[in-house]
Amino acid sequence: MGLIDKHAVVEKNATLLLVGSLLVVTVGGIVEIAPLFYLDNTIEKVEGMRPYSPLELAGRNIYMREGCYLCHSQMIRPFRDEVERYGHYSLAAESMYDHPFQWGSKRTGPDLARVGDRYSNEWHVQHLSAPRSVVPESVMPSYAFLKDRPIEVKDFSTHLIANTRVGVPYSDDMIANANIDLMAQADPNIDTSGLEARYPKAKLGDFDGNPQQVTEMDALVAYLQMLGTLVDFKNYDEAAGYR
Amino acid sequence: MKFGTEIVLLSLFAFAALVAADFGVDEPFRQHMWVLFFAVAGFTAILLRNTEFKPAVPINPAAYMDGPVRYGAIATMFWGVVGMLVGVVIALQLAYPDLNIEPWFNFGRLRPLHTSAVVFAFGGNALLCTSLYVVQRTCRARLFGGDLAWFVFWGYQLFIVMAATGYLLGITESREYAEPEWYVDLWLTIVWVAYLILFLGTILKRKEPHIYVANWFYLSFIVTIAMLHVVNNLSMPVSLLGSKSYSAFSGVQDALTQWWYGHNAVGFFLTAGFLGMMYYFVPKQANRPVYSYRLSIIHFWALIFLYIWAGPHHLHYTALPDWAQTLGMVFSIMLWMPSWGGMINGVMTLSGAWDKLRTDPIIRMMVMAIAFYGMSTFEGPMMAIKTVNSLSHYTDWTIGHVHSGALGWVGMISFGAIYFMVPKLWNRERLYSLRLVTWHFWLATLGIVVYAAVMWVSGVMQGLMWREYDEQGFLVYSFAETVAAMHPYYLMRAIGGAMYLSGALIMAWNIAMTIFGYQREEDPMPGSIPALQRAR
Repeated sequence: MGLIDKHAVVEKNATLLLVGSLLVVTVGGIVEIAPLFYLDNTIEKVEGMRPYSPLELAGRNIYMREGCYLCHSQMIRPFRDEVERYGHYSLAAESMYDHPFQWGSKRTGPDLARVGDRYSNEWHVQHLSAPRSVVPESVMPSYAFLKDRPIEVKDFSTHLIANTRVGVPYSDDMIANANIDLMAQADPNIDTSGLEARYPKAKLGDFDGNPQQVTEMDALVAYLQMLGTLVDFKNYDEAAGYR
Repeated sequence: MKFGTEIVLLSLFAFAALVAADFGVDEPFRQHMWVLFFAVAGFTAILLRNTEFKPAVPINPAAYMDGPVRYGAIATMFWGVVGMLVGVVIALQLAYPDLNIEPWFNFGRLRPLHTSAVVFAFGGNALLCTSLYVVQRTCRARLFGGDLAWFVFWGYQLFIVMAATGYLLGITESREYAEPEWYVDLWLTIVWVAYLILFLGTILKRKEPHIYVANWFYLSFIVTIAMLHVVNNLSMPVSLLGSKSYSAFSGVQDALTQWWYGHNAVGFFLTAGFLGMMYYFVPKQANRPVYSYRLSIIHFWALIFLYIWAGPHHLHYTALPDWAQTLGMVFSIMLWMPSWGGMINGVMTLSGAWDKLRTDPIIRMMVMAIAFYGMSTFEGPMMAIKTVNSLSHYTDWTIGHVHSGALGWVGMISFGAIYFMVPKLWNRERLYSLRLVTWHFWLATLGIVVYAAVMWVSGVMQGLMWREYDEQGFLVYSFAETVAAMHPYYLMRAIGGAMYLSGALIMAWNIAMTIFGYQREEDPMPGSIPALQRAR
């Protein structure tokens, strides 16, 4: 074993050992991850995807803050039981604006990738406030405090701007109206035509049953209610999307 | 003046935290900066009380610098107990959800606290202190850089405190095992680069011509974690005075970057680093040389090359392209070979010293660690096979697998190393009690067996219930029914975890008494003294 006998060279030179091991560990990441950024077929061609509305984005941030992803996946695998239980298997395109992704790794609770439109707003509020009052077997913690916390907004456009910097296509119009849209989506008394034009299929209305203020509960329910509802699967070409 | 520069710099740091606490743009950030202020200000006050104006005592450049190692050993014990306690608490929360206290002590905020506390606080401190212990002794050189080791130690503790309090306040990037937000990540980057300089600098000034194999593993662990941490945490802050940031990557690219990181947090933090520990402490405690030098070379290069590819097995059947999943699966299975090569190298080091398994509970602990390393590195590649993964993914089986590696391998080898180091670090003749080590060994081992077995059963059951059809082709179980079926297993799991925790508490007592200089009077371990021979 001539090669192994030459190993003493590396053992006597710390720089060589450092550089050598660094080179060896970079290979795998470069081969596996880098192509995902330029291979065209990584993300399927679909209709209907749009960036999150400000209220949905705020709700998504609460979803992350509370660690929902630790017990709920958002990634339906292409198996018969999962598709029957949760709906069409998830596409890469459906999380193309997700910074970060929320696919999850554990299902202590059910998958939420298509939970949108499945339950009423009232059910969600009741379930988040006292989970076992609607699902006796549930082991979910209570999130009643969300109802009492108004959304903290100084300038929500900064969140949209940060997203544009990492590649989410928020338009100038969207950024300029961020604060207005944030409030309008949960207020049934405001004209929402601008919001609806900017964010098609956005769910509107008073989500938490308290029209007086826009709370974190409003935001979280608005987010849950849009999950998995954007892509139009009638026009989706399964064969072309397979990679 | 002793600590003069430190006190000035820390005061400025505390003041900056105070300013940030006032001008922060979101409430969690302001609260977090208050935590930072009190932590840094408190530390400054301690330094102020201990300052002296006498000329400093000259340091003997030939002596080893063991202060940070001693502190590190204590920190390892402390964070270990904290992390395991939080683990038992969240296990009980899953069995009895009324134990959740919203908002700060809900499962979703405590779970990252548990994982970070055991991985980065317990495991990290174990790696930090053992690596500094090992590198000095195998290089016959004092640590490089004067007080740099103290900066690394305290800087790392500050990182832990900021990460932990951040989770409770709801500050998270939601990337598993990389949850801290951007400013805490930046701080860790600084500390980690200092650690690399400290470690590499010590190797460079070594008096031994060869770099010992343990140091290869420690070095590759440090440098790879630096790469993973920086790339995975690239993100865009909303404001430089706010806690929130958005990941640089999205969706599928973000997922693979995260699991490239996540799997190699296991591969390099929890494996390569602890293999360094194995390669030093097992030969030392057994008083035998490493089994095979050639095997250790192959083990090292094959392990670090293959591990990095295994990330995609966390994303089987997801929206990640199939080619990447298959690549990840193939490399995960290949990884079995270097893993078992390492296991063989570790276990066979006992050749000629097998009798010590009977008489030395510390070596027993180390061998049990290596055995669990072998078992979990067999289970891992198996679970990375797509068909197996289709059942195991999203279930408790994964949790059981992680814990057989974490409790069995990482925990046990760290315990063994601490038991070995502490009497030497404090110049004690021996540990306070070897009998207590035996108690610890059995409590920990049985705790792991209960934990892993229960999670296998619950995980496989969960997976099968989700996909069970009746003869008419309908799904048999609603999701809620599968949750209800988990209850007895969640309870038993908590019991297994509590056994492991009680073992760690016994260890903490044993270590504390050793440090204080007590020795428990007890009979020698059976078999350690040869029985009297009858005269013929």
